[in-house]
Amino acid sequence: MKRFQLTIATALSGFALLLTGCNQGGGTASNGALASSAAEKVYVAPGEQDEFYAFLSGGYSGNLTVYGLPSGRMFKEIPVFSQFPTSGYGYSEETVPMLNTSHGFVPWDDAHHPDISQTNGELDGRWIFINGNNTPRIARISLSTFETEEIIEVPNSAGNHSSSFITENTEYVVAGTRFSVPVPQRDMPINEYKGNFKGALTFISVAPEHGHMDIKFQLLMPGFNYDLSHPGRGKSHGWFFFTTYNTEEANSLMEVNSSQNDKDFIAAVNWKKIEEYVNNGGGTKMPANYAHNLYDEGTHMATSTMKKEVLTVDPTKVPGAVFFLPTPKSPHGCDVDPSGEYIIGNGKLSADLTVHSFDKMIAAIEGQKFDGEAYGIPILKFEDVLAGTVQSSGLGPLHTEFDGQGNAYTTFFISSEVVKWKLGTWEVVDRKPTFYSVGHLMIPGGNSRKPFGKYVVAMNKITKDRYLPTGPEMEHSAQLYDISGEKMELLYDFPTHGEPHYAAGCPASLLTANSKKFYKLAENNHPYVTKSVADARVERKGNEVHIYMATIRSHFTPDNIEGVKVGDKVFFHVTNHEQDFDVPHGFAQLGANTSEILIMPGQTKTIVWEPKQVGVWPFYCTDFCSALHQEMQGYVRVSPANSNIELSWSLGE
Amino acid sequence: MKKASVLMILGPLLLLGLYVFPLWNIMLGAPQYPDPLGMNIHIDGIRGVGEFDIQNIDGLNHYIGMRTLPKDDEMWEFSTFPLIIGAMVALGVLIGLLGYFGKVNYKWFLGWFILMSVLGVLGMYDFNAWMVDYGTNLDPNAIMKLTHPDGTPMTYKPPLLGHVKMLNFDVTSLPATGAWMMFAGMTLTLVAAWLGWKTTRPGAAPEAVVA
Repeated sequence: MKRFQLTIATALSGFALLLTGCNQGGGTASNGALASSAAEKVYVAPGEQDEFYAFLSGGYSGNLTVYGLPSGRMFKEIPVFSQFPTSGYGYSEETVPMLNTSHGFVPWDDAHHPDISQTNGELDGRWIFINGNNTPRIARISLSTFETEEIIEVPNSAGNHSSSFITENTEYVVAGTRFSVPVPQRDMPINEYKGNFKGALTFISVAPEHGHMDIKFQLLMPGFNYDLSHPGRGKSHGWFFFTTYNTEEANSLMEVNSSQNDKDFIAAVNWKKIEEYVNNGGGTKMPANYAHNLYDEGTHMATSTMKKEVLTVDPTKVPGAVFFLPTPKSPHGCDVDPSGEYIIGNGKLSADLTVHSFDKMIAAIEGQKFDGEAYGIPILKFEDVLAGTVQSSGLGPLHTEFDGQGNAYTTFFISSEVVKWKLGTWEVVDRKPTFYSVGHLMIPGGNSRKPFGKYVVAMNKITKDRYLPTGPEMEHSAQLYDISGEKMELLYDFPTHGEPHYAAGCPASLLTANSKKFYKLAENNHPYVTKSVADARVERKGNEVHIYMATIRSHFTPDNIEGVKVGDKVFFHVTNHEQDFDVPHGFAQLGANTSEILIMPGQTKTIVWEPKQVGVWPFYCTDFCSALHQEMQGYVRVSPANSNIELSWSLGE
Repeated sequence: MKKASVLMILGPLLLLGLYVFPLWNIMLGAPQYPDPLGMNIHIDGIRGVGEFDIQNIDGLNHYIGMRTLPKDDEMWEFSTFPLIIGAMVALGVLIGLLGYFGKVNYKWFLGWFILMSVLGVLGMYDFNAWMVDYGTNLDPNAIMKLTHPDGTPMTYKPPLLGHVKMLNFDVTSLPATGAWMMFAGMTLTLVAAWLGWKTTRPGAAPEAVVA
């Protein structure tokens, strides 16, 4: 073992040397050579655990991945918006309703921006939220079970991108539309977009006791593209800020036509004012159709409910609630510093970063210093709200995070680097290349009042030669930097799954104690649970055959089933009787047109098999559960449709 | 003698701890059980250290043909031991009270201690006999029938005291809180007997002086 560790350490050191070699002009760490070796900083010895959790969105994988920092090791892929045959998510009868939408069952989405719940502006580790971009949805994931518990569809939205960011007490999770659309949807010429399409900004309330989501109101804004957003915090709590592009309201060849205005806007929304307006009966109820899917940990089942109405708010009806802050060059990321004073517009077609001041914005609003209006929404004067500009900081700024020490870190996609700069003086302190073309970056807690400014993870869009080649398609690459010193230090590369668009991180200690080890069988309220082997049975209801099956190391009860006929619809309701940590059983049936199911201890899951061929067909446990795992199997005898063989089942006879 | 009698009353009362705390504890740890499984043996039954430890120990033991751990009503000991302990506490307190009022002498104290020791040894003997049976009387159709290098069948009796390595498991068996309270209580009665002897032997100083 010792020799093995040595080998790893040597290999890592060699790797670190290589990295240092690539560190173009970035300077080396100022600390002692041995004490600060990059290899030592990322090395988490066998049996030891990481200091931070990092939750990276999966982009087009539709899911969320869980990593450890500083090791860059992946611990889990949490299925959210995509079917996941590994566990049966989206295949099992219990979880199919999770992927229901107003368009029917949608097996996939593009998952973008995870955000951990907060209390008083600090991470509280109860839930993590993430948005589905393509079929607009917001998901809530439990940070006790690390499973998706709830998905709500967002009506009147399209390209749900300025989402899913939460207010500082998790009052709301906010979802903004990137693509404006006709509201309500209707048949109309596309080129009549201008002035007719709307951009919905949706405020979804989160119930403090169990996290259940409900759309409180939708703000129907002018038909711009609402790109990203972040909440105010501290003194700016109660406000929400959205970057916009395409204020030109072009509807074709957008890359040119929506890049003409020298300045677009950051929309500042006083949601507390709108909340008050709505609570006093304001707003218009509009017919809608959207799915609300809720998973119950007690029944281990999801239900999908179609909601038929949404409350909309016309921003011009609530004076003083919405203002536009001119911001240069199609801003992308919209980030608010830990104090809540600075609102950063990352003008992606610019070389400069624009920073607005919350105090100045309030003063300008109070002084009524407007520079015209757009669709009835007052536009503030750029000079009146500007706190400062980070000059020639790089090319193509996208996103900014904060270390809680007065520094900001911005990614530059075009110049492929992370730039560290000082809030207030706007001077660039350090810059380090990324490999290559960084999109988002993440500092644990970097989007809260209390960041943990030890590491920054850069999520790169282009991988090319960073790893052994794997053909044309490869995983994206992330890079880990130590930011505890004055200068950033590149420590490590690690591949990521899908395409991470943003991440959220927190100290491991916030979650480890609450992480569930297994479900209690006694608390399993699944309607088809088999709580005791004495209850294991097979029942026929017309052509439906329900198999109540129990599993424990290392057998199924029952494991011999006869009397099933071609044309039957066979439901395997499999309950795992184990009550120990990390003892799942899998279940797969030869001939079933579905995935396996992976059943956690104390849980019940169901898959359906419609046998089409006569024969004796085996099923088996797919998870190497024990020394007798290979023996964990059984048979179903399938007889012709007109057979009169009675149902029977047995174990050990 | 009054001081000795107070100790003689207190000592047996410490045995009441056996109604709350376990007498013995057996822990089973293995590489894949970083949180070891454990059972606490109380005078009225076997309880898991973790909520599901008994179920999980039984689950493991079924591979090697061991029976499931006995439920409270499956061993006469679990209904008899509480009665014996209760009777011994009552007897000890009674002797202490009689000693306090000068009705009995220190020999009764010593007598209680000896009786309790004999019962204790018998209890240990019984416990060990059960463990021998539990660990060696295996299901002939066990899934795994293991043998020692010399060809004799492997058995799985847990140690009465101390640690043994059993297949992949480290098994440690030690007295638990209830037993330590019992030992302390019994020691007190022995001290009471000694004090009683010292204060009442011919030529001893009058008690008032000692007190």
